[in-house]
Parts: sequence; structure tokens; C-alpha cells
Amino acid sequence: MSAPPPVAASVLALRGITKRFGALTANSAVDLTLHKGEIVALLGENGAGKTTLMNILFGHYLADEGEVLVASSEGELRPLPQGSPQAALDAGIGMVHQHFTLAENLTGFENVLLGLEPLFGLARGRRAMRRSVEALIARTGLSARLDVRVAELGVGERQRIEILKALSRRTRILVLDEPTAVLTPQEAEGLFMALRTLAAEGLSIVFISHKLDEVLALSQRLVVLRAGRKVADRPTAGADRALIARLMVGEEVEVERPAPVHPGPVALDLAHVSAGSGRTRLIEATLALQQGEIVGIAGVSGNGQSSLAGLVAGLLRPESGAITVLGRQGAASPAERRRDGVGRLAEDRHRDGMVGDMTVEENLVIERRGEMPFSRLGLLRSKAIRAAAQEAIASYDIRCPGPDAPLRLLSGGNIQKLLLARALAGGPRLILANQPTRGLDVGATVGVHRRLREAAEAGAAVLLISEDLDELFALSHRIAVIHAGRLTPVVDAAKLSAAEIGLAMAGEASSGFGAAA
Amino acid sequence: MIRFEPRAQPSLLLRIAIPMVAALAALLLSLIILALTGAPTGRAIGLLFAGAAGSVFALTETLTRATPLILTGLAAAIAFRSRLWNIGAEGQLYAGALAAVAIGSGAIEGPPWLMMPLVCLAGALAGGLLMLGPALLKAKLSVDEVVTTLLLNFVVLLFVQMMLEGPLKDPMGMGWPQSAPILDEAALPKLVAQMRLHAGLVIALVAALLVASLQRATVLGFEMRAVGGNASAAGFAGIPVAATLVKTGFISGALAGLAGAGEVVGLKGYLTSDLSPGFGYAGIVVAMLAALEPLAVVPAAIFIAGIFVGADTMSRSLGVSNYFADLVVALSLLCVLVGSLFLRYRLRRVGPA
Repeated sequence: MSAPPPVAASVLALRGITKRFGALTANSAVDLTLHKGEIVALLGENGAGKTTLMNILFGHYLADEGEVLVASSEGELRPLPQGSPQAALDAGIGMVHQHFTLAENLTGFENVLLGLEPLFGLARGRRAMRRSVEALIARTGLSARLDVRVAELGVGERQRIEILKALSRRTRILVLDEPTAVLTPQEAEGLFMALRTLAAEGLSIVFISHKLDEVLALSQRLVVLRAGRKVADRPTAGADRALIARLMVGEEVEVERPAPVHPGPVALDLAHVSAGSGRTRLIEATLALQQGEIVGIAGVSGNGQSSLAGLVAGLLRPESGAITVLGRQGAASPAERRRDGVGRLAEDRHRDGMVGDMTVEENLVIERRGEMPFSRLGLLRSKAIRAAAQEAIASYDIRCPGPDAPLRLLSGGNIQKLLLARALAGGPRLILANQPTRGLDVGATVGVHRRLREAAEAGAAVLLISEDLDELFALSHRIAVIHAGRLTPVVDAAKLSAAEIGLAMAGEASSGFGAAA
Repeated sequence: MIRFEPRAQPSLLLRIAIPMVAALAALLLSLIILALTGAPTGRAIGLLFAGAAGSVFALTETLTRATPLILTGLAAAIAFRSRLWNIGAEGQLYAGALAAVAIGSGAIEGPPWLMMPLVCLAGALAGGLLMLGPALLKAKLSVDEVVTTLLLNFVVLLFVQMMLEGPLKDPMGMGWPQSAPILDEAALPKLVAQMRLHAGLVIALVAALLVASLQRATVLGFEMRAVGGNASAAGFAGIPVAATLVKTGFISGALAGLAGAGEVVGLKGYLTSDLSPGFGYAGIVVAMLAALEPLAVVPAAIFIAGIFVGADTMSRSLGVSNYFADLVVALSLLCVLVGSLFLRYRLRRVGPA
């Protein structure tokens, strides 16, 4: 943690930003000032207005009230024309989105160049550009292979390309939206080193994160939004996890511990199962999961988790080995898995979880559309659907304009609540929770954890696939690690340390997991 | 300065008003080009409207022309909603017409209450079966259905020509390549005495209602919308994506086939290879104008039909080429696409920077 810099000039000021979407006020008179060389953490629950605020800064939205001021080259604050991403770029504002915006068929270097080169010019400036990017890499340690197509790069390297791209256009203000959500602990540490170096050189950074430890380690100042209002703006020094969590949700957050386990019959049994192809192939996996227990699968995304999840969800057939899910041997369709009592949460909720243009209620009953009471003789029964949706909206606290609103209007946390309500409907005996809280804030995460724990206590087996160590320790009774498609033996969570898991996630053999790792 | 800003959810009023304004704008733009040809624009527009809706005759002609367009428009709308890009309504229409003629011109004889539904069903079945091939190829092997359906149009038309020169040629037809006439028992009744308007319009309107309720009120319609909205999520939720696409394809093809059968047994009375002046392709424009909403397909088809019929009258009186109709239709599509931008975004005035 570095000390706050002495009085530095302001480079950015948001004044009285208010933004309404119909009846919902996403931002209400928010002020935010950013000084030169400062790292500010922007925190808040899902729907608290962080993304809206940053989208206004970047010109994707127009504020209803308020103004954005950016320092000119003379250091004087001048209003930024609103609603123009080009103006924001010209003013030196760079943004690294949670979902990367790289062209996968181009190399890293070409991605950095993209948008900088004139449309009809010769590639004259390329060599100079190349030198300056390489100098930037050397200075910051943001190492990335520049001549490899982005499609072949891992997540961490892609993110470093994204940051290099943002920095290559005379950026003075860098906004990072949950940059560590997809990184290993080691990669995240490397990113922090680079950000500290950049801040020391005078770059001002806004850092959006849900991981409180990182916020405490990296930022000099905390800005907390709650329900669209700024509720705190204070130095990081002197704050702790409990305080930040309380500021964000407005209440004391319970400390999480897995409840004692009363294991029942075996719900999921894998014996030497191989499935899938390419980088995400699962190789010779062996795993047994009993009802009533939560087993965590730790690992960095793209190491075979999607094949494991695909087998359980009914999307993938095993190539070899024996799989038994709730008594059914071998492969099954998604519909069969669900009828057998498997509740499923998709890893990528935008791709596999939701139909954004369909309504909240339709998304809630999509898995049970063909069953009583939601349909009879092929005809939908809208009253039953509406009633079930209203019940789910109330009991899962899904904040939405109404059951007939398109799902795409909801925030990420509320979409996940809806998908959780759908997965848990009908009391499943096996729950596949694949990255269940990725991108969610503290409050929504606590809610998801509580539901999963309650389901396990009620006798469900939970397969928790996650790359968040806090989450794995908070929920799991036993943990296995997956790396390069191979699953370690399952070990009692109480006997493991975060360091052991971190090493196994990175592919290092660890004594905690025995020889099979 | 004025900027675009995304809208959360467009109101119903806006969703109705925007296509109407777009159609009006298309007409006005066409008038500019009309003026450039030296034609008197005031008289031209008057003739256009009179020709489309100025008399009982004009009105019935417009509705007669709208009948196949409603059905091909529905065929495109229901397929596109599931992201099944059926460009083959023209071929399916001819397949339907061929089946109707094969059954209805003497092969089977029976009373009208049997023959009329039979020829219509035969047409629908032929169109649906024709679309099964591309739909299965798409669902099972990811073969691009735009290519397969488009190319099948030419295959089907050549097949129809072959049949009209061969087995289906009317022996009493003085050598013309046309089929034997439909039996009186199989012909659809006229709706207005002395006019060409026939019961096919009723069939088309009922089809629009059925498709609308299929999409809104049935499990199959739910699945079709989910597959179109996000096939990957639909599959994860247990919807059989491939089977849904195949069912969608069959229904879409059947609607286009029904259009062909209706033209033969309702209007022409026999089949020639120039039965359709591009009703299958125009159906795509109709569906886009209607924003893929089945009930909106009806007014969209009547609008397009009115333009075609009205432009015929106008061009006969003024000597302006009746390609003018194609111009209006093309501009309508462009205007609606621009208009749909305003459905998703609003204009906002912002102060000078």
C-alpha cells in the first residue's frame, strides 16, 4: 500500500452526474475527482451504478445532469464533450473492459495499432510504434507476445495486450473494469506491479473490482457507490474488508464458513473419463460427489472445466471412462439431466444462460416450459408462468422493471439471481455451479453462496467450479484442482492452504494433492 | 449538436408509428425521382392512390395481390424469428402450386368440401417438404441455408418448366406450356361478385392469426423464439435446437407453399411458369417491414401490394415505367431499416461542446 501523493493536480472531475433509465436512477448527483498519478478504487454492488458512471465518462451514455471535466495539456480543467467516445479518447481516457475488445484474428501488435493508423495511409509509423510498445513492455513488465494471433493467447496475455493498446494512445486516465476477474493470483500480482509503476509515472487509474483484498493492496483512495449515490470517498489507509463491505451493502456481511457435512448417496461419479477437445479437453478424470457436500474444482479458466461442466450439464458425451449422474449411466441430453434433478448454472451466462430479448418470466421457466403447470397440450399457461415468476422475483430479490421486461435490461447480478432461481427450481439433487459469482459484487456473491449452502444442507450435491480461492474456501468441504485437463484427487478443504492451491492451479506439483497433480 | 442515445424499451406506439412514417418517407423520396423523369407528380400520386384503393375494383385488386404476399411474408417472418434465413419462399411457392395442380386438375375427384382443403394442404405439404432439406442440412451439418434455399429456387422453377412441358402439360392447351385447369370443385370461391378477389385472402388472414398465436401462446413458439434469441442458451436450457429449426423450416415452407396453391386454385386456375412475379422475394421485404411480427405482416403486405397495383395504373396513364413500384418497395425497406435505428436509439440535443 503506497502513501497518498502530496497535493497533485486534478486530471478528471465528474460533477453532479445524474443518469436515469426510465424509473430507475442509475447515478444520482455523483461527484468524482481523480488526481495525477493516483489509483482510485471504484466499488459498489451490482446495479450500484459503477458501469453507468464509467460509460458516461467514456461517452457511451449521455448524463441527464452534471458534467465531465478533463485537464487540458496546460493542466486546466475543461468540459469534455459528452456522448462522444472519440472525444474521450482524444482527451486521453482509456478503458479496459471486462469483456475484451480484441480482434482475435490479428496479432497482439496489430490490435495495439488498430484505430491508431490512418485508414488510407502507409504503415510508416509502424516501426516507431513497435519500439514504443516494446519500451512500454520493458518499463511496466506487461509482457505479451506481440506477433502471435490473439486467438492463441491466454486470458492474462490478452488483458496485457488490451492494456498496452489503451496506453499506446497518450492515455492519462486508465479505467480498468474488474481486471483480475480472469487472472491467477500470480498474474494479478504482476498486473498490480505494472499499475503501480504506471501510476508513479503519472498515470491516473480508476480500478473497478469486487475483490476487497486487491482494492486494499492497490488503491490509495476508495470511492463507494450504493444505489447510484456516492456513499464514501476516503483514503484506503485505515480501511479494512469489513468496513468496505459494510459501505457497499449498507449492512454487516456475515463471515463465510462451510457448514458441517452429512454426506448422502453418490450423486456424481466419474471414473477415468476423458471428453472434449483442444485446450479444454478433460483427461482421465476421476471424481465422486455425494449428496449434501460441496466439492470445489479450483483452476484457471480454460483448463478443462468447460468439458467437465459439459458432461454434467448434458452438453458433452464422454469419450472413454464411466460417468454416472444421479443414477443415469453415460451421456444424457440437457433436458434429461434436468429431469433427473441436475440444476445447472452456465459458466458464461450471456452465452449459455440467458435469452436477452425474451422476458424475465420466459427466461425463468425456459427449462420447464413443457411441464405442468406452465403448459398443457403444448399451450403455454401465462397465469401460471406469471405467478411463478413473481414468486421467484420476490424470493430471490431480482430487481427488474417487471416479469415482462426483456432480460437484457437487468444488471449482471440480477441476471445471475434469476439464473440461480431457475437452476434451483424444483429442488435439484445435484447442482452444477460453474463460476457462479464471476463478475458479481459482494452483496450478490453472499446471496449466491447462501443459496448454494442452503441447497447442500437440504441434501443436494454441489459441484462448484471456480477460480476464486475465497469462494472455494468459503463453500467447499473438499477441493480438487484442475490443470491442463487433469484433475487432482479431492482433498479435505481444511487441510489445504491458498498457496498450495495456487501452485497446483499454475501446474506445479504440490504435496497437498499427492502425486497425481 | 444532436446525438444518438440507446433506448431501454420502445413503446408500442413507437413500434407502430415508425414503420408508417418510414413508408411515407419512402413515398416522398420516390416522388423526387418521379419528378426528375418529368412526370406530373401531383397527378402521378393521385393515380397511384386511385389505382391502389380508389374504387371497389382497385381495392379488390390490391387485396388479391396482397394474398400471396401475406403468406410469403409470414413464411419469412416465422423463419427469420428463429434465425433460419429461408430465402427460398419463391421455390416453395412454386412447389406448392405444382402440388395443387397435380392433385386438383383431375387426378382426384371429389366434392368441393373435400377438394378445396385437399389442394391447399397438398400445396402446404409440398412447400414444407421442400424446406425440410435445407433445414435439416442447417441443423445437422451447419450448411448455410441462405445458399441452399436460394439455389433451390432455380431448381424448382426449372422443374416446374419441365413438368409443364411434359407430364403436366395441358393436352387442350394449344401447345402452350401450361397445366390442365383446376377442377371447379377444387377452385376457391370468389369473395366479391365480378371481382378476382378470392377466399385465399381469408386463408391468409387466418394463417396470420395462427402464426401469431403459435409464437405467443405455444411451447413450440416459445422454443422457436428462444432458438432465434440465443441458440446456445436455448440448447443449455434443454430445448432441442436442431429439431426446432427443422419444425420452423417446415412451417415456413408450408406457408409459402400455401401461397402458391392459393394463386393457382384461387386466381389463375392453372399453372404456368410465370405464376409469381417474385412473391417469394417480396415476402422478405414484407416481413422486414413488419419487423417479423406476424400480425403486422398483413398491413405490410397490403401496403406493398397497393404500391404494385397502384403503380401499374399510374404507369399505364402516364407512361412512367412500372419499375417505379420496385423503387418504392426498395426505398420502403431502406427507410424501415433506418427507422429501426430510431426504435433502438433516441435523438438527443446536447449543448455545444
